[in-house]
This record gives sequence, structure tokens and C-alpha cells, in this order.
Amino acid sequence: MFSSDHLEWKFSQVFGEGRNSVDDGTDDVVSAVEFDSTGDYIAAGDRGGRIIIFEREQKTKESSKKGKSAEYKFFTEFQSHEPEFDYLKSLEIEEKINKIKWCKRQNQSHFLLSTNDKTIKLWKVYEKKIKAVSAFGDKKVPKKPSDLKLPSLDTRETLIGATPRRVFANAHAYHINSISLNSDGETYISSDDLRINLWNLGISDQSFNIVDIKPANMEELTEVITTAEFHPIHCNLFIYSSSKGTIKLSDMRSAALCDSHAKEFQEPEDPSSKSFFSEIISSISDVKFSRDGRYIVSRDYMTLKVWDINMESKPIKTIHIHDHLRPKLCDLYENDCIFDKFECTVSGDSNLIMTGSYHNNFHIYDRESKNECQLEASKMASKTKKAVPMKPGRKKSKDELNPDTIDFSKKVLHTSWHPYENIIAVAASNNLFVFNT
Amino acid sequence: MSDVEDNLQPIAILIDELKNEDIQLRLNSVRRLGTIARALGAERTRKELIPFLAESVEDDEDEVLLALAEELGAFVEHVGGPEFASLLLQSLESLATVEETTVREKAVESICKIGEVIPQDQFQQSFVILLKRLASGDWFTSRSSSCGLFPTAYPRASEEVKRDLRSLFLQLCKDDIPMVRRAASAQLGKFAKHLQPMHVKSDLCPIFVQLANDDQDSVRLLAVDNCVAIATILSNDESATIVLPTVRTCASDKSWRVRYMVADHFCELASALGKDVTKNELVHAFVRLLKDPEAEVRTAAACKVTLFCGLLPPSQVDLVLRYILPCVKDLANDSSQHVRAALATVIMGLAPILGKEKTIEHLVELFLHLLKDEHAEVRLNIISKLDAVNKVIGIELLSQSLLPAIMELAEDKQWRVRLAIIEYIPLLASQLGVEFFDEKLGNLCLAFLGDSVHSVRSAATTNLRKLTEVFGVEWAQSHIIPKILSLYLHPNYLYRMTTLNAVTVLAPVVGNELLNNVLLPLVLRLGLDTVPNIRFNVAKTLQALLSVPLDPVSVQTRVKPALMKLCDDSDRDVVFYSRLAFQ
Repeated sequence: MFSSDHLEWKFSQVFGEGRNSVDDGTDDVVSAVEFDSTGDYIAAGDRGGRIIIFEREQKTKESSKKGKSAEYKFFTEFQSHEPEFDYLKSLEIEEKINKIKWCKRQNQSHFLLSTNDKTIKLWKVYEKKIKAVSAFGDKKVPKKPSDLKLPSLDTRETLIGATPRRVFANAHAYHINSISLNSDGETYISSDDLRINLWNLGISDQSFNIVDIKPANMEELTEVITTAEFHPIHCNLFIYSSSKGTIKLSDMRSAALCDSHAKEFQEPEDPSSKSFFSEIISSISDVKFSRDGRYIVSRDYMTLKVWDINMESKPIKTIHIHDHLRPKLCDLYENDCIFDKFECTVSGDSNLIMTGSYHNNFHIYDRESKNECQLEASKMASKTKKAVPMKPGRKKSKDELNPDTIDFSKKVLHTSWHPYENIIAVAASNNLFVFNT
Repeated sequence: MSDVEDNLQPIAILIDELKNEDIQLRLNSVRRLGTIARALGAERTRKELIPFLAESVEDDEDEVLLALAEELGAFVEHVGGPEFASLLLQSLESLATVEETTVREKAVESICKIGEVIPQDQFQQSFVILLKRLASGDWFTSRSSSCGLFPTAYPRASEEVKRDLRSLFLQLCKDDIPMVRRAASAQLGKFAKHLQPMHVKSDLCPIFVQLANDDQDSVRLLAVDNCVAIATILSNDESATIVLPTVRTCASDKSWRVRYMVADHFCELASALGKDVTKNELVHAFVRLLKDPEAEVRTAAACKVTLFCGLLPPSQVDLVLRYILPCVKDLANDSSQHVRAALATVIMGLAPILGKEKTIEHLVELFLHLLKDEHAEVRLNIISKLDAVNKVIGIELLSQSLLPAIMELAEDKQWRVRLAIIEYIPLLASQLGVEFFDEKLGNLCLAFLGDSVHSVRSAATTNLRKLTEVFGVEWAQSHIIPKILSLYLHPNYLYRMTTLNAVTVLAPVVGNELLNNVLLPLVLRLGLDTVPNIRFNVAKTLQALLSVPLDPVSVQTRVKPALMKLCDDSDRDVVFYSRLAFQ
């Protein structure tokens, strides 16, 4: 029996103000969520350039592991990026945090990479002992060596501080959409619409360009890069997805400039379903490797696709998220929602996949069996939800049936999964929800 | 007593500034820690200063920590001598675990420096224990740092401890974290030097092979360095069995970065592995690298062509001809300009190796081809090395085949190319002789004086002096002076300035007669020029002439009055320089 058949998801916590509307000050809207590699910390970035970190509460001895909700509490908050102005192009550079990635622990402090459209920063979050000098040397002129006194210090308090250790700037002409750390622990890639750069965490003034899809003549531009990610185990492999619905796997060993791919994952389009919007909805908004590196999960506007890394011709599974929206594509195009970029996340054991939708709903699917679970990120919906079998054409819950009642301003774009437990963090406008089984 | 007083106040300030908010002041104080320690005396340094510094290690800026790590390395005398040296180790141990790599490395360096002077009876307790603590640290930073301590610890340890150290090192080489494996791999060569050969073979060689097959590219890269280090220690036969297979794997590794390292270290590998291996195998490996699909690898290999061929004994020249030369010909036509530029830098060096005949037969056409390359850098690299070829084929042949190309380059659009040509002219001049030079290159040299780029004009004037040294004053009088005379009437002031520069440069070599009769009047006339820049340069030139030395009569009758006039000039700069010259 697959254990996922018995999974019951329940709401655990919510952080952020109770407001759900987007009009009241968009600065609080969460734009990135990420668990760290131990699962004890969650980092959330928002449109105002702030990063808020939550720490897991220590479990008391009496509670057993099963059945206790995972509780997180506020740990620290800092301003990561400020709004800037590009004088050369007369453009504003938003301070919105696009991605956060945690680095491997190397000492008592925490390190994470955060990026906005143009600059990546390496932040160190640590416990700072505030020491004050209680006594400097005597003011009078020292007459003999024994008059010289060293300042004495006392520790006043301990705070959580954050400092930027490195700033990786000026390497991207276009907006940065993703960053990904290598398994070697020292390098990472950052990708914008047309280029992918390789950096070393210790060197902030140099980076290597490894993929460049800019055509010689910009008028011939037909596709852009939407995300890039390193393989979790092999230090030389990475994938990048495009707006044309392709995923390319490249090997850094083969050449210095990885413009040619080793593998290309693309499903040929079904001519019968071709429509005016086919190209837009085939644009891949997110790709993720499973933790064991055997599967790639990709999200385009209407579906989730699971690919086996060894088979390029078609995905091993295609899941339709919200097919009831197909008739409404025209309206969604009018209100720009068709360009929403939904993320997808894979569980630590590579068996479950999660992605968001509208009306603050998000879905969890089982990769192997055909179960799914639909949840809503809202404080009202605090009852538990069980995974149920999916059948094509099955009627979904009542409020989903009628697309006219869906609130398209409430969307779950950013989600993250705990590295080995079934705890998930879901961002819905300016709130962060934690669910677990 | 007052001396001591005077000296103490600044030191008191330095001490206070150790904790000042301004990082520059803290940095300054840390760099003067020696002074502070001397003032406090050895005992107070041990009891107060060192513990105080140990606390500062926790949260200061990287620059300050780096300076601290460096200073502590030289602190042994300040704490009272080698017997107290181990007191310094506590702070340095903390510094060896910070996240900033440069600080860790400096701390390890300092720990090793101190380790060398610690008395033997304390060695085990302080140094070895410190090493073991770092090597079993929780975080990879301390484990990486510990790798740097092995080469210092091993020679002074007892047999038992040596065994412990060897197994600890092997453990670090198998660590989970790639960065620790990298640190260990980087120290493998140094460590191996201190081990007995049998231990090298039994302990280090297996791990060396394992590291060379590591999953992480960043670890495999370092295997090449280790190949050289281990091959140097073992005998040639042993190297052939143990090291050579690894070299083969690396040279055909899937990652171009590993192949690049092989190409880069190729000559060291060849020397370490010995002549037989080089002849039988490495030549072919080198050829493969020269034909590698990745341009970066070909560039690295191209840079080493001459050095490698130089390693082969003279009797093996035919090897060069048969295998390497065809590759070199292909590289001269490579699609990547970096490969061609790298080749251009070294290809001239092949001439002495091949000898006159073969150079003429094979290389000269390649030189010509590269001289006409579309990329400036390639052309530049060839020109800078022409004298190597000169020695081999002689000036006659050189001038016949290469001179036309050189003439073309003298009019190159890129000024750096023109500059390089000028710098080569004196050499050509001395070899070709006056007549030949006059015929072919004379006009060229003089034309350079009127070049549009300042650096070129400047180099041209220096060139004139060198030419005068080679050909003599009379030649200068008949050839150079007329041109200078014509230039000084040029409507553009920049060219008139060139005249002044030329005079300044030529003055020491032309002799008094010429100076007084021809050059001095020129300069004086320019003192009446309308452009102030010219006038103050006249003052500068006159000042230079005075130190030639000019004969006193001229000075009195002509130079002085001219300078006095300039001192009353309307332009401030002119007045300034004239006054300066007057002194």
C-alpha cells in the first residue's frame, strides 16, 4: 500500500497579517519561499525586498513525532535588497526578491543567497554578541609601561544579525529569474532571460557565462530562458527551461560554453489541441529535480509534467491542474493571469509533487499512484484533507466547478517542501501558511 | 624618563584604537601590535594582550582578522620566546575556522610558522592536539584548515603519532564534503615529501588514485598537480606503474577542465616522469591535447609547445617534426583567436630547436601567416619575438621574407602594433647596417614622429636616440635633424611638441656642436610660440639641456635671457617652469 493513500494534510500555522487583498500595499506580498537543508528554517522573501526567517520550535521530550504539528516561530527579519534606478536605461530596478536559496551549513551561522532582478547577495545570519567597551585606558598620560591599560569588554546582549558577505552585481543585462547552488558547495548558477552565468561563492567580481541564447539579431528572438537548476548530485549537470516548453540538460564537462545541450526534453505538440494560446501556456514556469536526481518535474500554465531523466521524448506523467480554466483562457489573457508563473515542488522522498493554482488553492499529487489532494491556503480552511483518487473528468469540489466564482487575484505561486518530512510552506499573497500531515 | 613618556602616549592611543569603531583605525592598531607588545613587555603580553585578542577574534571584519592572523605569526618574540609560543595557538585556531578563506589560509600559515619553533617537548601537546581538534571539527571549515598543518606536524612527530597522522590524513581525503577533499588533495604533494617512500607507496598512492577518480570535478582537477609531486618522489619505473595510468585518465577525462590542467602542467609532468615515458607516451598525449575539441584546452597546450619540445633531447627532433609540427600548422589556422594568439607567443621559440634548415622549410611560412592574422593580438605576439628567429635564420633571410610584412604592420590600424614595431627597429637597425636601413626603414622611422597617437610619437623619439647611438652623430645630422627642423614649423602644436621632445632626448648624444648650433636656436625660437604648452615645455627642455651639460657661454648669453623672458610670461604654468629651470 502506498503510504500516500493515508496521508492527511492539515493546516498548522499562518504568518503575516490577516489581510488577503492585494490592493493594500503590495510590499508585503511574498515572492519567494524556501526551506533550508535541515528543514529547521524557512526563509520568505517579499516584494519590498525583505527576507523573514522562521525557526522550528524545539520539540519537547513528551511529544511523539507523529501527530505533533510542526511549529515554527519568527527568527529574524532583514532588508535584503533596496529599490534602485538604472540611469543608463532609465529603468527602475525592483527590490522584489525573486529567489532564495540556502547554502550548506559551514559553521554556527546560516548563509543564504537572495536575488532580485539584477543583483545576487550572499547573506550571513548569525548570533551577534553585542559587546560594549566598558573602560578604555586611563585618560591621563601614561608615565610608565604599567600605566598602559587594555580596554575591557562586557557582553551586553545577543541579537540575531544579518550582513551581506558578498554582492554579485552587474553580471546580468536582463532580469534574473533563478539561482541554483552546485553540489560541490562552492559554485552556483544564475540565469536571466537569455544567459546563464556560473559563479564561485567566494569571488564576487567575476563570473563565467556558460549559456548564451541571445541571437545575433534581436529581431529573431523567439524564446527565453525561464528557470535553471543544478543536478542535486552530479556537479556537472544542470537543466534550463524555456518559454517554448523545452527543457535542456547540459553537461559542463563537455565544453566551456554549454550552448549545445546533452539532452532535450520536449513533448511534441498535439496538433488537435492547438489554439491561439498554445504557445503561451506551453511556457514552462518552473523546473525542479527530484532529490535523488532521477526525475525532473516541470510546470507550465495548465499542467505538471514528470520526466524521467533517461527519456527525452515524452514525460512519464502529465497532470492537468485546472482544466476547467481552459474555456476561460481568453479572459485570463485579458487580465494577464495567463502569464502567472507557478512554481512546483517535490517532496524529500521524490514521491509527492505540489503546485499552486487560483483562489488560493494548491494541489499535492502522488507521482506513482493516482492520488491527489486539493487544499486551500486560507485560515478558514483549517479542517484536514485527505488525498483522494483522481479520475479524469471527476467533479472537483463545489466552488471550483464554476470558474466564474474563482478569485484570480488569489494565487499560490510559491511553495516549498521540507527536505525529509511532510511539512510544506505555502505563500498566498502576504501570508505564509504551513501545512503538515 | 621623558623619552619613555613620549613614547607611551601614542601606544596608549594605539591600544584604545584596537576597539575603535572606525575599521581603518582598528586595522592600523592591529598592524602595530608588535609595538604595543614591546611596550607592555613579555609578561603582560602573555597575560593580558593575548587573551584580549582572543576575544576580538569572534566578530571583527575580515580585513582586521587577516591582519591579526598575520601579526600573530610573528609574535613569538613578543610573548617571551619559543617556550611560550604555544600561547598564540588558541587565537590562531579560532581564526582557522572562520568562513572567509583568506583569513583561514593566513591563520594556517601562521600556525605552521609558530609550529616550527615550538620546543620539542611541547610539540605533541600543543601542535598535534590542535591539528587533531581541527581535523575532527564539526564544520568543514576547520577540517579543511587542518589539512594545511600536516606537512609541518609530520617531521617532528614520534613514530606512533606519525601513524596517527597518516591515517587522519587519509580520512580527510575521504571526507563527505568536497571542499575538505579538495583541501586534502591540495596538500598531498607537500605531505608526501616528508614521508618515507614506502609509506608514500602504501598509504598515499591508493588515495591519490581515488582522488583522481572523484565524482567532483573540483577534486579531480587537483590530481594533476599530485601526479607531478608523486612522480618526483618515486623512481621512474615506479612512476610508470603508479602515476602514469592516472595521467592517462586525466588526459582523456570527460571534463575539459581536467584536460586543461594536464595541458597546463604538461612540462612538469614530462620532467617528473622521465625521458622514456615522455618519448613513448607523452608525445602522443600532447598531440591529442593540441587537437582537443575544447578551445581552452588547445590554448593551454599551445602555450606549452616550445617548452615541451625543448624537453625532448636533440636526437629526438624528428619526433617533433613528425608529430608536433603538423599540429602546429593546424593550430595556426585554428578558428579561435585565443589559440592562435597563444601559439604566436611561443612559435618563434621553435626555431632554435628545429635548426636553420627546418625553420626555413616549415616555420617561416607559419610566421608570415600569423603576421597577417586578422586579430591584432596574434600579430603583436609574433612581432615581439622576432629576434629569436633572427638568431637562427640570419638577418638576410629575415629581411627578405619578413620585412615586407613588417612594413605593412608599421602602418597597422592598431597603434599597439605600430608601437611594437618601433621597439623592434633599433635591433633591426644594428643588424641590417646603415645602407640597408636607410633604404628600407629610414623613412618609416621619421614618419612615426608624425603619428597620430602620442605613445607612438614618444616611442619614436626614444627610438631616434637609440638609432643615433647605433649609427653615430653624423648620420643623425644628415638624416634626423632635417626632419626635426621641418616638424617644428608644423601648424599643429602637438607636432611642435614632438620636436622639443626629440631635442630633449637627443641632447645627450649629439655632441655640443650640434647642440649649440642647431638644436638650441630651435628651442629658443619655440620659446616665442603662441601656444603656452609649447612655451612651458621649452622651459622644461632648457632645464634638461642645462644638465647635459651645456657650455657656460651659451648658458649665459642665450639660455638665461630666454628663461628670464619666460618668467614674465602671461601664462602661469610657463612662469612656474621657467622659475624651476632658473634654479
